[in-house]
Amino acid sequence: MEAAIHLRAIDWLILGIYFLFVLGMGVVLRRRIHSSEDFFLSGRSIPAWVAGLAFLSANLGAQELIGMAASGAKYGMATSHFYWVGAIPAMVFLALFMMPFYYGSRARSVPEYLRLRFDEKTRGFNALSFCAMTVLSSGISMYAMGLLLNLLLGWDFSLGIWLCAGIVLVYILLGGLTSAIYNEVVQFFLIVFGFAPLVMLGLHDVGGWSGLRAGLARVALAHGFGAGAWSESWAYLGSTALNPMGVERFGLVMGLGFVLSFGYWCTDFLTIQRAMAADSLSAARRAPLIATLPKMLFPFLVILPGMIAVALTQGAGSSAFALPNKPDGSPNFDLVIPTLLGHYFPAGLLGLGLTALIASFMSGMAGNVTAFNTVWTNDIYQPYLRPGAGDRHYLWMGRVATVGGVLLSLAAAYLAAAFNNIMDVLQLVFAFINAPLFATFLLGMFWQRANGNGAFYGLLAGTVAAALHHGMTLPAHAVVGVKGGWLAIEHHYPSEMAQNFWTAIIAWTSCFVVTIIVSLAGRPPAPGSLVGLVRSATPRIDAGAKPWWQRPEFLAALAIAAVVALNIVFF
Amino acid sequence: MNLDIRLPLGVLFSVIGVLLLGYGIASRHTPPGAPWWSNIDAWWGGALAAFGTLMLILARRRH
Repeated sequence: MEAAIHLRAIDWLILGIYFLFVLGMGVVLRRRIHSSEDFFLSGRSIPAWVAGLAFLSANLGAQELIGMAASGAKYGMATSHFYWVGAIPAMVFLALFMMPFYYGSRARSVPEYLRLRFDEKTRGFNALSFCAMTVLSSGISMYAMGLLLNLLLGWDFSLGIWLCAGIVLVYILLGGLTSAIYNEVVQFFLIVFGFAPLVMLGLHDVGGWSGLRAGLARVALAHGFGAGAWSESWAYLGSTALNPMGVERFGLVMGLGFVLSFGYWCTDFLTIQRAMAADSLSAARRAPLIATLPKMLFPFLVILPGMIAVALTQGAGSSAFALPNKPDGSPNFDLVIPTLLGHYFPAGLLGLGLTALIASFMSGMAGNVTAFNTVWTNDIYQPYLRPGAGDRHYLWMGRVATVGGVLLSLAAAYLAAAFNNIMDVLQLVFAFINAPLFATFLLGMFWQRANGNGAFYGLLAGTVAAALHHGMTLPAHAVVGVKGGWLAIEHHYPSEMAQNFWTAIIAWTSCFVVTIIVSLAGRPPAPGSLVGLVRSATPRIDAGAKPWWQRPEFLAALAIAAVVALNIVFF
Repeated sequence: MNLDIRLPLGVLFSVIGVLLLGYGIASRHTPPGAPWWSNIDAWWGGALAAFGTLMLILARRRH
């Protein structure tokens, strides 16, 4: 098909340099891989700031960038809640309260922690669903990348995904997690340097912050909302009818802020693996805290372009930018970043922006693949398929699992291209499995009485409750099926977002309650077995020699103060 | 001991920065609606090169 962007020699050169550089880093790091711990956990030797940036970057896939920009255009400043209400408090909680048990238990993965704390069946359930989910999400992201490269550059769908998957495969095969982490740090800086000029040029075009507010007021009024509905984060959350997201404060704070965000940031091995690779417990605790600073500034890099694009489309600015439409005539919000890149960036900078976009796809994919190979090898292959083999064998298996993970992701990408509905259904199923997880970890780490049966049946109950709630409710304007209502329609939500938040709240609560009831009905875990796994059974760690300004508690207080200030400024 | 990440960061951004700077000076592109920063390739390339150099200096000082 006809390409939307024409690259010049300088753009290809920058892209080519980046590809070569990434492969070169894998080659250099290969000599440092001697054991399976080197391969899966970087030999636990990564400094805190590197682990922190990788922690952030592994989550910063292109779907996140493109999705957040799209949300910025669709919902405006309220999208910042995903960062300032969602991510930051959860990252602080992970660092202060949960990391001591993940890192301190010497578990190699999150599922392994579940085995140590609860039992084998809870670990197996979590490991299997995690493996399937990483492959699936990596495949969906690859599918999105293939489409985007096809649209922007006219590349064949297969060429785009095989090229990027091939490069990721090579550098992980060579350097394992270290290679993935180092590349993630580079990708982090590329994304910042690649997208920052976009925000500057767009903001200048739209007339600065005041011009943007005026443009967004026109957008809001055109959609029948109050003037500040797109430019203020809290002021329009009094009721679901006042804001384009269709949510209100309680649903947002509990559903997104508590259940979904804590569930993701505190239990997803993909990001936690980066912190577990740190060179000490203190560094592992500081890694997520260090990540909070760039994370809280990311809305300005990823959400703001969406807000700028929608204001420009509504007639603001002088450079006649407008978002392209979908076939049904509505604006295609997923193209915010690519079309802004094509509109503002001259040759040269365009190469850098495109490299940043491809880098973000790669960092997301590498995050999934490294988490997959670790959980597959340590939590499925070693305990169930081939126990008792030597370390060299598991290192070999890790490399085989890397190839397998990439191939499965590619297969999932083609599946997504062929049957969109199957992927939607699978994603939904995993959302149900994930929704209650945080209740299990919370009780596991802070309540000695919670036992294996409680955890397992709690998780099942949470998943079933999530599915039931989804099957009995429907968002406005949605068709019965994958969007909900497939059992009966008992309730209508104003938006899909509101339905998601409430599905999460109900799943979490069911898991929490059932875990407590089943645990109390059964035998308590043996007291000696919980040391290092449960807070009250573990001696307090003394941060000791560290000066006060390097202590996690101080960094955490800073992060919370900064995020409260941001919420107030953009209220 | 591990490779100091600042070294590869420094190399990559210095190379890309110098390339952009040179290309910007040679070609003088102006993006739509652009003001004093009209030659964005050049000055953004300069900024990248400065960041790359800083990383290289920091990596050298550690050793």
